[in-house]
Amino acid sequence: MWSQFWERFKSNKLGMAAAIFLLALFLLSFLAPLIVPYDPVAIDVKAVLMPPSLEHPLGTDMLGRDVLSRLIYGSRISLKVGFVAVGIATVIGTFLGALAGYYGGLVDAVIMRLVDIMLCFPSFFLILAVVAFLEPSIWNIMIVIGLTSWMGVARLVRAEFLSLKERDFVLAAKAIGASDLRIIFKHLLPNAMAPILVSATLGIPGAILTEAALSFLGIGVQPPTPSWGNMLTAGKDNLEIAWWLSVFPGLAILLTVLAYNLLGEAIRDALDPRLEE
Amino acid sequence: MLFYLIRRIVFMIPLFLGITIISFIVIHLAPGSPTDIYTQFNPKVSPEFQQRLRKLYNLDKPLYVQYWLWLKRLTHLDFGRSFTPDARPVWVKIKERLPITIKINVLSMFLIFIVALPLGVLSAVKHNSLFDKITTIFVFIGYATPGFWLALLLMLLFGIKLGWLPISGLKSLDYQTLSAWGKFWDQAKHLILPVFVSAFGGLAGLSRFVRSSMLEVIRQDYILTARAKGLPERTVIYKHALKNALLPVITILGLSVPGLIGGSVIFESIFAIPGMGQLFYASVMARDYPTIMGCLVIGAGLTLLGNLLADISYALVDPRIRVE
Repeated sequence: MWSQFWERFKSNKLGMAAAIFLLALFLLSFLAPLIVPYDPVAIDVKAVLMPPSLEHPLGTDMLGRDVLSRLIYGSRISLKVGFVAVGIATVIGTFLGALAGYYGGLVDAVIMRLVDIMLCFPSFFLILAVVAFLEPSIWNIMIVIGLTSWMGVARLVRAEFLSLKERDFVLAAKAIGASDLRIIFKHLLPNAMAPILVSATLGIPGAILTEAALSFLGIGVQPPTPSWGNMLTAGKDNLEIAWWLSVFPGLAILLTVLAYNLLGEAIRDALDPRLEE
Repeated sequence: MLFYLIRRIVFMIPLFLGITIISFIVIHLAPGSPTDIYTQFNPKVSPEFQQRLRKLYNLDKPLYVQYWLWLKRLTHLDFGRSFTPDARPVWVKIKERLPITIKINVLSMFLIFIVALPLGVLSAVKHNSLFDKITTIFVFIGYATPGFWLALLLMLLFGIKLGWLPISGLKSLDYQTLSAWGKFWDQAKHLILPVFVSAFGGLAGLSRFVRSSMLEVIRQDYILTARAKGLPERTVIYKHALKNALLPVITILGLSVPGLIGGSVIFESIFAIPGMGQLFYASVMARDYPTIMGCLVIGAGLTLLGNLLADISYALVDPRIRVE
């Protein structure tokens, strides 16, 4: 199955480009201390708000810090948020969706009402309130984003389970007396993995955008630690004199989010060729 | 139809209670207390005074009692008084700001609808054409663009470089001196950027959605039948296909309300618009519990209203639902 998947995935040029871009970005963020030209938090009063030049390819900010170096370090935050927040959401969503789909009845009704309630929240309001009340830390942000974005996965897993549990192989497993846990983890979940993987990949961009927005509003990642969102706050404060502070961090967010979206669609198409239009 | 509507409305009550309970618990269990703000930097405040303050705001009672008191007051639209020094009733504060946020969100929903619909339909009808490909690229980029960054770029271009549009507030300083037409134009100029920015993300999403919904419908047998009958292509597309493709779109529009309301925090803070989002942000920063709860409830209420409107339009378009 995987070799078939890989064959199909390879033929999707956009998907491959996105995968290569993201791999390069991960490499860059891992190796950040070795490759950045300047210390990302070093203040240089002699080079305040310098436009892009050979010395500082993307310019410097109001404290004379090198924008390129801060951008590379900032990628660590965005990449981490994407993974951890979506990881949390996927685990919660899969668990609740599996319970609802497998047991049905009252369990299903309660879980699905919870999903309805959570979908009705202007969730950014809730995230904002909770994050502002807690100590500002990247972990709190990731946890809160994860706790407010599991509903899509839950619905998806429930639907998969509802249709899978009537299949012959599940009925056979039941007939020979397999326990519920065994059926869920050994028989149902592996067969639902493909859509879960796709929905997780497509969920990452949302988490990255939410963190950026929180940091932009000043309640996310705190300065001097660079994140793409809080770099844009500096861009807003100096909008009239330093365009480069606004343009580059936003572009970084855009490209990363775009790459994840393209990757997600490519994985989906490669997993299930029937879905291709 | 009436029965259907009543059922939908009754269904919303537990949903609404669930939302308020979760909001209440989350907000009151968070570490820290609103009384800290008056007291933590003031060495003269004694622990006794802090106790008195907590008692005044009922913060010393168990959580479920606080919730019950809050819910009882809510039945006559009393959200309590703000914890901020002005201590004005929360409802008054919200009432000043709600129309602004609603105006911007309704305008941007309207914009989303009138742009995304033709875009999506044309993309589907001209599937794989150059137009379809360009639209798809636009959609992917639109999806990936952080709204607040787009706002900054547009402010930079139209506000600072070109000087065509104002970049903050809702009115100019000389607003009172303008003629009626001048006032209208002044307000419109202030609204262009915020409305465009808040519509942008939804625009991309919805046009993609319309396209795939339309593609799905075009493949159905009844479209084949309509074509086989020799109906002109226009009738097939706009009468037979579009109507059916629109059904899921209505639901999506209803579901997009919470996103729009949540987004208003960001746009209102960037463009310095005195709306609900800005009020919410300020009250979160001041730990003003009654105002935070008020905003969350109004936000959830608007979402439920959006869903209800979606349900009603759904029933109007699709007779099968009315009969059931």
